[in-house]
Amino acid sequence: MSLIEFEAERRFDDLTVHGSFEAEGGVTALFGASGAGKTTLINMLAGLERPDTGRIVVGGVVLFDSKSGINLAPERRRLGYVFQEDRLFPHFSVGRNLAYGTKGKNPSTQPVDMGVVTKLLGLEHLLDRRPATLSGGEKQRVAIGRALLANPAILLMDEPMAALDATRRAEILPFLEQMREQLDIPIVYVSHNVDEVLRLADTMVVIGGGETKASGPVADILSRIDLRQWTGIHDAGAVITATVGDQADDGLTALKFNGGALQVAGLRLTPGRQVRLRIHARDVSLALEKPNKISVLNVFPGEILEVNQTDGAQADVRVNIGGTSWPVPIWAQVTKRSAADLGLAPGTHVFALIKAVAVDREDVGPGPTTGHS
Amino acid sequence: MTPVEIEALRLSLKVAIWAVGVSLPFGVLVAWLLARKEFPGKLLLDGIVHLPLVVPPVAVGYLLLVVLGRNGAVGGWLYDWFGITLIFTWKGAAVAAGVMAFPLMVRAIRLSLEAVDERLETAARTLGASPRRVFLGITLPLIAPGILAGVVLAFARSLGEFGATITFVSNIPGETRTLPLALYSVMQTPGGEDAAVRLVLISIALALAAIFASEIIARRLTARLTGKKPGPSK
Repeated sequence: MSLIEFEAERRFDDLTVHGSFEAEGGVTALFGASGAGKTTLINMLAGLERPDTGRIVVGGVVLFDSKSGINLAPERRRLGYVFQEDRLFPHFSVGRNLAYGTKGKNPSTQPVDMGVVTKLLGLEHLLDRRPATLSGGEKQRVAIGRALLANPAILLMDEPMAALDATRRAEILPFLEQMREQLDIPIVYVSHNVDEVLRLADTMVVIGGGETKASGPVADILSRIDLRQWTGIHDAGAVITATVGDQADDGLTALKFNGGALQVAGLRLTPGRQVRLRIHARDVSLALEKPNKISVLNVFPGEILEVNQTDGAQADVRVNIGGTSWPVPIWAQVTKRSAADLGLAPGTHVFALIKAVAVDREDVGPGPTTGHS
Repeated sequence: MTPVEIEALRLSLKVAIWAVGVSLPFGVLVAWLLARKEFPGKLLLDGIVHLPLVVPPVAVGYLLLVVLGRNGAVGGWLYDWFGITLIFTWKGAAVAAGVMAFPLMVRAIRLSLEAVDERLETAARTLGASPRRVFLGITLPLIAPGILAGVVLAFARSLGEFGATITFVSNIPGETRTLPLALYSVMQTPGGEDAAVRLVLISIALALAAIFASEIIARRLTARLTGKKPGPSK
């Protein structure tokens, strides 16, 4: 039995939102374009919108079942909710906002207490302030802390960084990463930002046109280009898992994976750590012979798995740069003309060229967490 | 001030305070129903609440007389069961003032309720709070300035109530002769001009005092709600 079993439908005049997915612990991303129905799904989970039909179970507790008429009120679902807007209570201090959800609960049985949360989110010096005097990033951190302190079975986050500018976003993301690593709380995270998903999520559910299009481990889903019209990720790419090697004197870091090591530049990563990195298809070139006297550091021999002709002038080519027993497929984007000139077809042996500077910090996320499936 | 003036002033304050005090819970309830709930008959309730604002006060006084008089449907019941007589008493004057002021109170509270961000209430629910706790802890404090505005408006309206009062409870010195009725009486008396001027001045002083007091409380409330220091009013 999964932690979350979700099967619910709600009909609107112009759209029917039908969610069907299961999720385990860790971070599950509900991913899709604006208007795809992500917020409706998470609201049905939280009890803020009532499904027309369906059944929602979290941790063995039936929250909603249209057949037996069960529909738990939001306050009885034990789901923390961090909204797009901070929604802090303006007439309370930060401390009282944080404590709002702890009322009536025995502090000694709480898995996280005020001390842990304020430290984790860097709120110690803000407790006496009023929300009106906080920055956008600070407000959202308080909102996250407030939801955590209500001791939820699951933390729901609906694009918690959507209302923030890029600077504030960069300020919050490390806190979210720490929260993910230090607290053992399952998170359902709504997002339309692939970088966020890559950095935070373990599992990914793709929502498009109100339907669940796919779900599975982030690396698998992000590597699929058939989901492109739903994810809106027009720059196709592949996600591979690698281990961080030592940083060389010249600033390069080797990321080791089955089949070789990818040299990347200028990323400060902890050696020995598992990471996921996204290799954009447009950063990968293909050659039939091993090129020499070339500035590109990363040259991997591989075999073409498939060639996808797009509507435009391009073709997406999937190449396995790992072995046959441990395939590491990546995508390369080439022109249809090149594909024809080189005679690229499944089975062709090629060399994949990736520039070391093409991988930047936004393309790297933490590796699969141990203990999560 | 003369004993007659003091009597009228005290009576006016008593009538207005009771009128506002008793109608306030109902005002909050009706404002909440109108602002937040959809139910059959909502339009009718809205209309009835606003009626005193648009029909002649004398007509309201007449209706009160018919319904709440000793022989009226409600008035007879009140007398038989509780021994309460409204007609020709200060209690009746308070009822007349409360009814006339009710739409103003409801409008002010309803406006502030509609201005409350319902998303805050939703957030409170997801944090485990019951609807009752949300209303008492979140909604009520946030509409406090609106409630204050409604109370001040209703209080001022009650102090000035004339038409419905004189129709329903008549003009009895020491019982129902509030400031406006006293003013009316002295104006009917030859040589009462000086007394009239004094009563007008008392009325103005009372109204200004109420407005100043509410302004001071409103600033404190706003400061408490937002955590900002009270500044000069805009």
